[in-house]
Amino acid sequence: MKLKAVAIRILALAGAGGTSLVYADINVGVTLSATGPAASLGIPEKNTFALMPTTLGGQKVNYIILDDASDTTTAVKNTRKLISENKVDAIIGSTITPNSLAMIDVAAEAETPMISMSAAAKIVEPMDAKRAWVFKTPQNDALMAAAIVDHMIAAKVKTVAYIGFADAYGEGWWNEFSKVAEAKGIKIVANERYNRPDTSVTGQVLKILSAKPDAVLVGGAGTPAALPEKSLKEKGYKGQMYQTHGVANPDFLRVCGKDCEGTILPAGPVLVADQLPDNNPVRAVALEYVGKYEGTYGKGSASTFGAHAWDAGRLLANAVPVALKKAKPGTPEFRKALRDALEGTRNLTLAHGVASYSDKDHVGFDQRARVMVKIENGGWKLVH
Amino acid sequence: MDLQIVLLLGQDGITSGAIYALLALALVLVFAVTRVIFIPQGEFVAFGALTLSSLQAGKLPGTLWLLIGLGAAVAFADISWALRHHKMRRVPLILFYNCGVPILLAGYLLAVSPATLPQPVQVALTLAMVVPIGAMIYRLAYQPIAEASVLMLLIVSVAVHVALIGLGLLFFGAEGSRTTPFTDMSFQIGDAVLQGQTVLVVVASLVLIVALYFYFERTIYGKALRATAMNRTGARLMGISANLAGRLSFMLAALIGAFSGVLIAPITTIYYDSGFLIGLKGFVGAIIGGLASYPIAAAGAILVGLLESFSSFYASAFKEVIVFTLIIPVLLWRSLTSRHVEEEE
Repeated sequence: MKLKAVAIRILALAGAGGTSLVYADINVGVTLSATGPAASLGIPEKNTFALMPTTLGGQKVNYIILDDASDTTTAVKNTRKLISENKVDAIIGSTITPNSLAMIDVAAEAETPMISMSAAAKIVEPMDAKRAWVFKTPQNDALMAAAIVDHMIAAKVKTVAYIGFADAYGEGWWNEFSKVAEAKGIKIVANERYNRPDTSVTGQVLKILSAKPDAVLVGGAGTPAALPEKSLKEKGYKGQMYQTHGVANPDFLRVCGKDCEGTILPAGPVLVADQLPDNNPVRAVALEYVGKYEGTYGKGSASTFGAHAWDAGRLLANAVPVALKKAKPGTPEFRKALRDALEGTRNLTLAHGVASYSDKDHVGFDQRARVMVKIENGGWKLVH
Repeated sequence: MDLQIVLLLGQDGITSGAIYALLALALVLVFAVTRVIFIPQGEFVAFGALTLSSLQAGKLPGTLWLLIGLGAAVAFADISWALRHHKMRRVPLILFYNCGVPILLAGYLLAVSPATLPQPVQVALTLAMVVPIGAMIYRLAYQPIAEASVLMLLIVSVAVHVALIGLGLLFFGAEGSRTTPFTDMSFQIGDAVLQGQTVLVVVASLVLIVALYFYFERTIYGKALRATAMNRTGARLMGISANLAGRLSFMLAALIGAFSGVLIAPITTIYYDSGFLIGLKGFVGAIIGGLASYPIAAAGAILVGLLESFSSFYASAFKEVIVFTLIIPVLLWRSLTSRHVEEEE
């Protein structure tokens, strides 16, 4: 049966003499972390692909979605498979930074444009021949760290303690945050680490308390970031708490409960889409995404992580029609044209901000890509 | 570093140590009776905690479907065995235990709204759902290869572990949960505040350890388990079924695991994959006890808890490194002091 279908396709292609590729669908390969430690980020991303447009520029799109189990080796294997077996025109992925970094070589070697959904700036910086093929939708940590430091200065915070994951996420945040904070004259009095599945952070919390900081920043993602904050409150800490945008999902609020009231964090505007002022261009796009996601998966289910996938889809939707004018899907020329079209993106409104790419900048976000949010009454509240 | 910090760290270390001690005991028990290095031990911690939190959130926990599914598989295996050996009279009993009881449990949970039940009932229901899974896993995964080498049993353990982790993600999702505390009491001792919940963990662990002691010393099943651990063939000659001993030890291990999970769920966030690391630290304790001595394993586990707590204060980034490096000198010391007996090939 399958063989017959293939035969018919070949005949049809031959019949058309290769002049019109009616059957040349656009193939988009996706590798994301739907299982393993990053599953809480990967699952909403995976869900988002079910909502993506099925045609781009009048051509049918196939999304081939593979799970890399938050594992670097699997992510690379998936990328090779997508390129060699599925002949994809573009790759979206992966969810986490180590995976995305490892995929760069493979994507660049096969001259296939890749859109990463992970945060670290080093995925697209410094720009070189390989990274020319790589784009990313999440904001740089530096943008978010600068927002936190600005808020701290406005709140007259003089000393701050940091506690973060003992992995790339916590380390990345420490680098960005300590750099900006020290430049602006904020003193960092403690720097602690803990592991995502840890059941206790008493030791770290005691050390932070003995340093008596005005504020504490937790560099963690998802529900594990609640543990230090709960422990600090339990031991009577009264200062201001800051979190990173990694916690921006409903599960964090559920687990942290009333202990997280008053916490401040930077986030993509999609988190508080309905509170954005009407004149904010991001509002409409963000609300469209939240509406679609919650229409399918239930109220309150949308998170900022899924929106990174949605933005990747929007970037493609914007670039594919341009590329289709130059070449046909499935050819190296098309992939090259698609890369050029992606780089040519100007002032495209996404759920997380407004992106303008250049040959130097493959993130393309400015101040519009972040808002400060406060946790109030068990919900996110936009801080003006 | 003043006395108050030492006290708080000590309290924290003993609380985690108590849980590790329970798991270390379960690991020693399972290994002594069946020679299985029970890697999935930690999964029962996560399953216990997350099942309870699902009940409290008013949801039907996925472990219920796992119980029904495994029950059906066990019934199928046991009935086909009974048919082949012409022991038809056993069939109704097999069906009742493996299919009837889980379905009754499911019916009960569907009939009442679990979130409104008093907390002790929720805990009892959690244990009723998670504990039989231990015995069923033994029946399906280990009993058919009970005579295989330790290495083979270890490989099967890894497979069971991976399968349970995957099911955990499916049942409970990627994000963690907490349960409501059993008590909001706290005590003031000098400058330090002692949380009622952490006292409960230590007391409950002690009670469980004492209960296990009496179980092994005073009951016929406990003695049968001890006999099997000492000499499997000898115990069989005395009429102790090796299969029964295996199922019983796995059920006890699941009980200890699920109970630990229920105990710690109010004081920390538990994720579907939390269990592995907790179990691994229990395993370090069990290794200190040479996978044979219960008191040394328990003491070793408390040591692991304390070491973890103090190293998280001094060098938080290297906490796991310090805890797991402990195993190297212990293994060295053990291999130098004890004569190695080559296992059967």
